[in-house]
Amino acid sequence: MVREIEFTLNGYHQKITVKPSEKLLDVLRDRLGITSAKYGCGKGECGACTVNLDGKTVRSCLMYAVEADGSVIETLEGFQRLGKKEIQEIYQKHNAFQCGFCAPGFIMSTDELLSQNPDPDEEEIKEALAGNLCRCTGYKNIFSAVKEMVEKRKGRES
Amino acid sequence: MLNFDYRRPESLVEALSLRKEWGGKSSLLMGGTDLFLAIEEEVRRPELLIDLKKIDELSRLEEKDGSVHIGAAVTYSELIRSDLIHDKLPGIWESSRLVASVGIRNSATMVGNICNAVPSAESAAPLMVRGAMIHIASSSGSRTVPAVDFFTGPRRTVVKDDEIVTSISVPLLKGKFGESYVKLGRYRGEDIAQVATAVLVDEKLNFAIAYGAVGPVPMRIPGAEAVLKGKKPTADLLDKAKAEVLSTVTPIADIRASREYRLHMCAVMFEKAIAAAVSRMETGAPAYGARLI
Ligand SMILES: Cc1cc2nc3c(=O)[nH]c(=O)nc-3n(C[C@H](O)[C@H](O)[C@H](O)COP(=O)(O)OP(=O)(O)OC[C@H]3O[C@@H](n4cnc5c(N)ncnc54)[C@H](O)[C@@H]3O)c2cc1C
Ligand code: FES
Ligand code: FES
Repeated sequence: MVREIEFTLNGYHQKITVKPSEKLLDVLRDRLGITSAKYGCGKGECGACTVNLDGKTVRSCLMYAVEADGSVIETLEGFQRLGKKEIQEIYQKHNAFQCGFCAPGFIMSTDELLSQNPDPDEEEIKEALAGNLCRCTGYKNIFSAVKEMVEKRKGRES
Repeated sequence: MLNFDYRRPESLVEALSLRKEWGGKSSLLMGGTDLFLAIEEEVRRPELLIDLKKIDELSRLEEKDGSVHIGAAVTYSELIRSDLIHDKLPGIWESSRLVASVGIRNSATMVGNICNAVPSAESAAPLMVRGAMIHIASSSGSRTVPAVDFFTGPRRTVVKDDEIVTSISVPLLKGKFGESYVKLGRYRGEDIAQVATAVLVDEKLNFAIAYGAVGPVPMRIPGAEAVLKGKKPTADLLDKAKAEVLSTVTPIADIRASREYRLHMCAVMFEKAIAAAVSRMETGAPAYGARLI
């Protein structure tokens, strides 16, 4: 039992044959070279596998690849091409990571937050990132990176 | 080795005929935030997954004929972003914000939540106090079941193997009212409730009170509602009502909390939930979504 599915991945059209039981995360990592999405908990709890599907972040560890048929997927690999590299750079500048395992998930969630709410307050930032766990940093630098990102974008608009 | 087929019908009629053909060998897939792990852990072994996410008729969120209709495919993120939910069903808005985290709420549906039917299901108590109705279809017709009669045991509901829940409807209220939802979790984000309580009060001081996570199914507490009915909740009356709560709930001890702790918190949360609902009706404060515990 196999299915041919199609989706757009970071702006490129993909066609791939999958079994219905293949997880989206495994297909992305093992077959399409998308290694930014990580396998952390495999249970939806840590956010390391976060990708953007049709404009919303989802847990790629909690989905079958067949469910993504016909959709538009963005991962960190596409950020340069999609013109979103700035978020990565500001995270780097703030030294917001240590081992970096959680980084792609945090950046994907930050990107979603800022696309919906260009001027989030501290509570809203916490709310948006509550589903991403980091074992290393204590989150402080992550929050300061997001805040600088917000200020920078506001500055450009005014 | 997992081996199942997958179908994504585009209409309800098509989904219902698949359901009729496959019955108990099929599982209905919405956001999958419960079902996926049940399959991975082989608690469920479907031969066919029927993915309902792309059925337009199930995606509606609207006000019609004096009720708010929440289609089965509507996610928690959509509910939270809806002014209709925020303005007219504030208790449901408040409780929806406490489900998991953004990345889960973007996929998770309210219908999936109640169909999964764990005792802690976030939406159960808030729907029960609002007198919500659950609409269920099969290829031979449809029926409507009140939320209070929907749950039949842990992970069990009235939904049969050839049926699909199509929507939830919540009657609108006339006049002033106040609601509250209090959830006891160990930390913020992604923890299921150890105790959950929902309260609705109207201008005539009719109270509706429901609890989750403290019995095999979520439940209303008619004894406590009767004690408080029509009166200002004085300390004396609240004590009597609390006694009714404690004699109705049957919490268990598990990895999250002991039975004694849960009972204690049932009483503490009762007072907070009643106070918040009454004060919201009278003054509008504390704002919905503010932390009550
Ligand atoms: C990390 C994490 C945190 C969580 N936190 C919370 C929390 O705080 N509070 C909480 O209550 N839950 C929580 N959950 C559980 C889950 O996210 C919710 O119960 C969610 O609402 C389920 O919705 P879904 O659309 O994903 O359902 P699915 O997983 O798709 O389905 C759930 C069940 O309902 C059945 N079903 C789905 N649609 C229908 C239908 N239309 N008719 C009949 N049956 C149907 C399915 O067959 C399945 O048995 C959490 C889960 C995870 C992974
Ligand atoms: S790996 Fe998906 S949430 Fe942890
Ligand atoms: S930097 Fe190591 S998990 Fe976040």
